[in-house]
Amino acid sequence: MEVPERPLPAATFEDLALPLFDQLYNFAHWLTQDRTEAEDLVQETYAKALRGFASFQAGTNFRAWMYRILRNSFLNTRTGLKTMVPFEEEEHDLAESSTPESFLIEQADREIVQQALADLPVAHREILLLCEVEEMSYEEIAQTLGIPMGTVMSRLFRARKALRTLLKEKLSGGRHGQ
Amino acid sequence: MASDTWRGKLDAYLDGELPAAEASALSAHLRDCSDCSRDALERVLLKRSVAVAGKRYTASPELRAKISKMVAQKPRRRMSWYWIVAVPAVFVVILSVALDLYVGRETARRRQVYSELADLHVAALASATPVDVLSTDRHTVKPWFEGKIPFSFNLPELQGTDFTLIGGRVTYLSQAPGAHLIYRLRKHEISVFILQDRGEGTKSLPSGTNHALSFNMDSWSQNGLRYFVVGDVSSDDIRALSKLFRDAG
Repeated sequence: MEVPERPLPAATFEDLALPLFDQLYNFAHWLTQDRTEAEDLVQETYAKALRGFASFQAGTNFRAWMYRILRNSFLNTRTGLKTMVPFEEEEHDLAESSTPESFLIEQADREIVQQALADLPVAHREILLLCEVEEMSYEEIAQTLGIPMGTVMSRLFRARKALRTLLKEKLSGGRHGQ
Repeated sequence: MASDTWRGKLDAYLDGELPAAEASALSAHLRDCSDCSRDALERVLLKRSVAVAGKRYTASPELRAKISKMVAQKPRRRMSWYWIVAVPAVFVVILSVALDLYVGRETARRRQVYSELADLHVAALASATPVDVLSTDRHTVKPWFEGKIPFSFNLPELQGTDFTLIGGRVTYLSQAPGAHLIYRLRKHEISVFILQDRGEGTKSLPSGTNHALSFNMDSWSQNGLRYFVVGDVSSDDIRALSKLFRDAG
């Protein structure tokens, strides 16, 4: 017997937003570098998203929408205003080689990478987190950060390069200290 | 393509953002070029390091509870708004369905009563003895019914009208006993049925004239009795007889 297809009921805000809670908190804490501020930021994000959910267009990227709200909220906080200095985008030459030194990666343990990430400018930190931790596509990152795709690629390139440099410094410093 | 050119595309390749054709070309290059493949491996390791190191902070259970509570409120609010619209809408639908059923049932019931009355009218006229009490005198006809039906009624004075009483008989409508009176008007016979207004058959039947099975009918309720006037005369004549009964009742 043929079962008639029934349209799925529209997902509620709870269905969509609650599964993002852990990763949004992690991202918020990375941005603010402070638990209380991160908690406030996440609460503010959910409250804003809840109010704005009616205007959210079904079919568009909900995750990018939530991250964008969180990030914009962060930019309006005192910490956000302080840390998010105007970021100069430079067109980079993608052919520019920046071969990571192998010693660096092999020895880079989790804690050192975390320190390096925390030391990065927020613009670099956030794009690396969105790309590597959240595994967002360039398109999603562009939506979240409100920048063109080309800028996503160049900023990502610079962020990786800056991370390598930081790691190299930390590792060689650690080695000297030992 | 030179290795430097490929290296510029390595990040996009490892991020899964390189178009398929380029990705397979780069993949082929990596199999042949040890420098590039070592570079790619190191980039992969860095990606993994960041992915692992980046999952660092865990929210407190209190915040989780707070957010869960907050987002759970929304559907309720949405629902309450929804219900404000939905409940009356559902109610209207139910009401209209119930009304349709009721109207349908009532129409069927009414039709059944009217057709039964028409049958009684025709059957009485076709009968060899249309009436059991044959008298033009209402003072003869009315007492005849005493003890035969469980109620009494008044018959109108016909003096000065074109109506003539022929007689009466006991009848049954929906298993309820009643009086069936036959009047004559210009060679037309008119039946007047009087029943107690409480049986399923007559209860809450609408008053007023109507036309069923080519007969004109009038019906009303008065002093606990239900009256039906049925005949093939005009509705004006039916109403005229009705008025006489109403005035008498």
